[in-house]
Amino acid sequence: MLDLTQQPSLLDIRGVCRSFPKGSGEELLVLEKVDLTIKSGEIVGLLGRSGSGKSTLLRIIAGLIAPSSGDAKCRGETIVGPPNGVAMVFQSFALFPWLTVLQNVELGLEALGIDSAESRTRALAAIDLIGLDGFESAYPKELSGGMRQRVGFARALVVHPDLLLMDEPFSALDVLTAETLRTDLIDLWTEGRLPIKSVLMVTHNIEEAVLMCDRILVFSSNPGRVAAEIKVDLPHPRNRLDPTFRQLVDSIYARMTQRAEPRAPATEGIQGTGVGMILQHVSSNVLSGLIETLAGPPYNGHADLPVLAGSLQLEADEIFHLGESLQLLRFAQLSEGDLMLTDAGKRFAHLETDARKKLFAEHLMNYVPVMGLIRRVLDERPSHSAPVARFRNELEDHMSEDQADETLKTIVSWARYAELFAYDEQAELFSLENPH
Amino acid sequence: MTLQEMLTPRLGQALRPNIWDAVALILVIGAMVLIVYGGEQTALPLSALDVTPVSLDPANLPVYALRTTLRMLLAIACSIVFTFIYAALAAKSRRAEMVLIPLLDILQSVPILGFLTFTVVFFLNLFPGRVFGAELACVFAIFTSQAWNMTFSMYQSIRNVPKDLEEASQSFHLSGWQRFWRLDVPFAMPGLIWNTMMSMSGGWFFVVASEAITVGNTTVTLPGIGSYVALGIQKQNLPAIGYAILAMLLVIIAYDQLLFRPVVAWADKFRFEQTASAAAPTSWMLDLFRRTRALRALTYPFAALNKAVSNFHIVLPGSLRVATRSGPPSRIVDGLWLALIAASTGYAGWRAYEYLSATLSPSDVFSAIGYGFITLLRVIVLIALATLIWVPVGVWIGLRPKLAERIQPLAQFLAAFPANLAFPVFVVIIVRYGLNANVWLSPLMILGTQWYILFNVIAGASAFPTDLREAAGSFHLRGWQWWIKVILPGIFPYYITGAITASGGSWNASIVAEVASWGDTHLTATGLGAYIATATEAGDFPRVVLGIAVMCILVTLFNRLLWRPLYAFGERRLRLG
Repeated sequence: MLDLTQQPSLLDIRGVCRSFPKGSGEELLVLEKVDLTIKSGEIVGLLGRSGSGKSTLLRIIAGLIAPSSGDAKCRGETIVGPPNGVAMVFQSFALFPWLTVLQNVELGLEALGIDSAESRTRALAAIDLIGLDGFESAYPKELSGGMRQRVGFARALVVHPDLLLMDEPFSALDVLTAETLRTDLIDLWTEGRLPIKSVLMVTHNIEEAVLMCDRILVFSSNPGRVAAEIKVDLPHPRNRLDPTFRQLVDSIYARMTQRAEPRAPATEGIQGTGVGMILQHVSSNVLSGLIETLAGPPYNGHADLPVLAGSLQLEADEIFHLGESLQLLRFAQLSEGDLMLTDAGKRFAHLETDARKKLFAEHLMNYVPVMGLIRRVLDERPSHSAPVARFRNELEDHMSEDQADETLKTIVSWARYAELFAYDEQAELFSLENPH
Repeated sequence: MTLQEMLTPRLGQALRPNIWDAVALILVIGAMVLIVYGGEQTALPLSALDVTPVSLDPANLPVYALRTTLRMLLAIACSIVFTFIYAALAAKSRRAEMVLIPLLDILQSVPILGFLTFTVVFFLNLFPGRVFGAELACVFAIFTSQAWNMTFSMYQSIRNVPKDLEEASQSFHLSGWQRFWRLDVPFAMPGLIWNTMMSMSGGWFFVVASEAITVGNTTVTLPGIGSYVALGIQKQNLPAIGYAILAMLLVIIAYDQLLFRPVVAWADKFRFEQTASAAAPTSWMLDLFRRTRALRALTYPFAALNKAVSNFHIVLPGSLRVATRSGPPSRIVDGLWLALIAASTGYAGWRAYEYLSATLSPSDVFSAIGYGFITLLRVIVLIALATLIWVPVGVWIGLRPKLAERIQPLAQFLAAFPANLAFPVFVVIIVRYGLNANVWLSPLMILGTQWYILFNVIAGASAFPTDLREAAGSFHLRGWQWWIKVILPGIFPYYITGAITASGGSWNASIVAEVASWGDTHLTATGLGAYIATATEAGDFPRVVLGIAVMCILVTLFNRLLWRPLYAFGERRLRLG
């Protein structure tokens, strides 16, 4: 292993912040004072929830968006536009459907003005390396997802970048395909056959990060910042069943949930308090199902998150999201990588549909301030109805338009389940008139 | 495949011609000869048109058909160039977009036939005494009927380029120019081709109307199918009309088979989808060329040229680049720009007012608006009638896939068919039975455009999901309930698309349809179309301008107040899947 401290840094990120305009015109901070240095010869992972700003950071490094403040340097030069020596692999592959595999791979070289004979040689070499031999003249739509992402890799590798950026490159693939591609990539990396110096990958899959990275930066959400840096010293190839590996995964799970403790239980991951609370939509069916699963054996009200995620085939990100929604509604408690049902949660599991709705409504009114607000307004008005726009404006004082959309969607769906109030989509009106 | 083989595409073998080469070569050379011949004819002085006037001898028809087709193809070529420039500008520059898109919206609703008046005079003055000027005027008229929807389609495609591809092309350092040719144009291709075909169909109507035109005391008759028909009508020669229809039919089949099908089959690869579709379009013509060896080898230099052009390192001005990094737009420049727009609008408005008020009084304006409402009434009634007839028929056909497959091309051909060819029949019938022209000329307006309703409804009914039909069946939904709860909501978005096209086309057609003649018999229906047509013939420019302006406003209002909300509703609530 190389001594990393002796290497010059490829990438230097100092105090980078990024904000986006909120619905009300103010700025919403998504990335707060991030520092990151990448040296030659390492694979670094950015691990975090969706909305933790890790993709934003990757795009700042890729030169696709500019930081609001702070300093981003690649190979000693401030990043203005896509820097030389950096190539990117996309979650959605981002292949040009009208170009063949070979043409897609050659695209980056053409843009660099490399003459066609050399670009052909290099493209074929990259295709060969990544295991796409024989597919040169195929169009992307003829390929399976795994093969398409291989084209994505070949296209990035062919320009011989110093730094390879990967934006959740395996998350659009099925489990088996993703695993094959990860192992192939790590094999090529450890054999030193990849024409790159370092890799920076974004992921929300904890096991994937532990499997591939030398160093993991765990991001916390709202605003995104680096919450922890974890070194992974396990030698490649790594074994998922190895106790050290498991321990590391468990500790990251714990780290990503533990911050709930010191603060009020409802706030971790769910930004804002009071009416400005940003809600993420989870169907009431899923919540009920999860409560039932938690209440039943083998968990009996207490589940280890990695185990739960594994058995439900959910990504870490998704299980956090569900857990937090339950926590917000006080049906469960997240802590140290565990999810525990509260007494209310246990009661919920054993109730009939109508009683469940009543309990759900009670918790909504008590713990989701915006629900109480809407209900109060509807009760007070003689018409018992109010336009959605009235509440949207209020929400947009605290969050972006997209977040307001998501929050409204959640409000509508939960209120309908709890029969708190009705929503008319055409008139965009909340009202108390439930059809009986 | 080894590297060597890829670099030299089987050189020795590639140049040896095969039988397909011979066939394809004849086709290519034939096309070239025809183009050159047609081109030579336009260089003659205008007086040559009088020396060899259009004759009704069917033997002349192939040449007329050729010249008409060349005009249309030339207009399509112009439309494509216009589309590339206009759409790219509008999509890439925010400030240009502010002006260009509303402008396009208005241009779309301007009655094209009203344009003729000005353009004929303009182009004849540009090339005094040459046929070329008249040809240009005609091509321009066709162009104005073809360009707008193509431009809109391209603009919308460029605006909707998938974000990941945009990021990929940025991150791989494609220049703005490269990005345009490698990403924007290919992505826009399927929509553009579909709209080009629609435009080509629509163009026939205007060819027939614009080859023989009288503006004041200038009459220009360009040899072509349109002027042949015009002469046939004047001479009351029914067989001649029949020949013209036959010639047109053949031309439509020829360019469909030789031009559009190969292009559609070739462009299938540009369709943006992640899975291969079941049935890719095919074309014998494209297969033929793909089987040739020598001719394909001849295309290599073109392919290389194409690659070279798209790889040019052209530095575009900042605003044309992807504007992610540029800071917030400068308010001062925006202000200046808006002021400039306001000033020129004010000036143009003032000049128009001055010009019109010199000869027209307010009562003229009121009467034009009155005529406008009469034509509006016609359009509404006709669309309603066409809906009553074609929606049930379209649903019936669309739910029978085998039948739909056969009817669909027919409906598209009927939409391409210039309705003005059928006018003589109507006039003869109206005169013989002494019918009211105000009522019975009206159907002419929708004769050509009703098919859009039919084939869109067929498409909608074909796309209606089988599981929903089965569900409706298993719940015993029948009769009215089935129509109102099941199929009508299902086809609604498609129907609206068809109805918008049909109503737009009907407004345009009113200029031709409200005034029809057969020999010495002239029939006129009261309406805005007749108002514009009469003013054109009399060379009364102020009234033409007034008529066009009123029609523009009515069409735009009609679209904004009725069709757009309906369309939005359909897209939001009733789009399946």
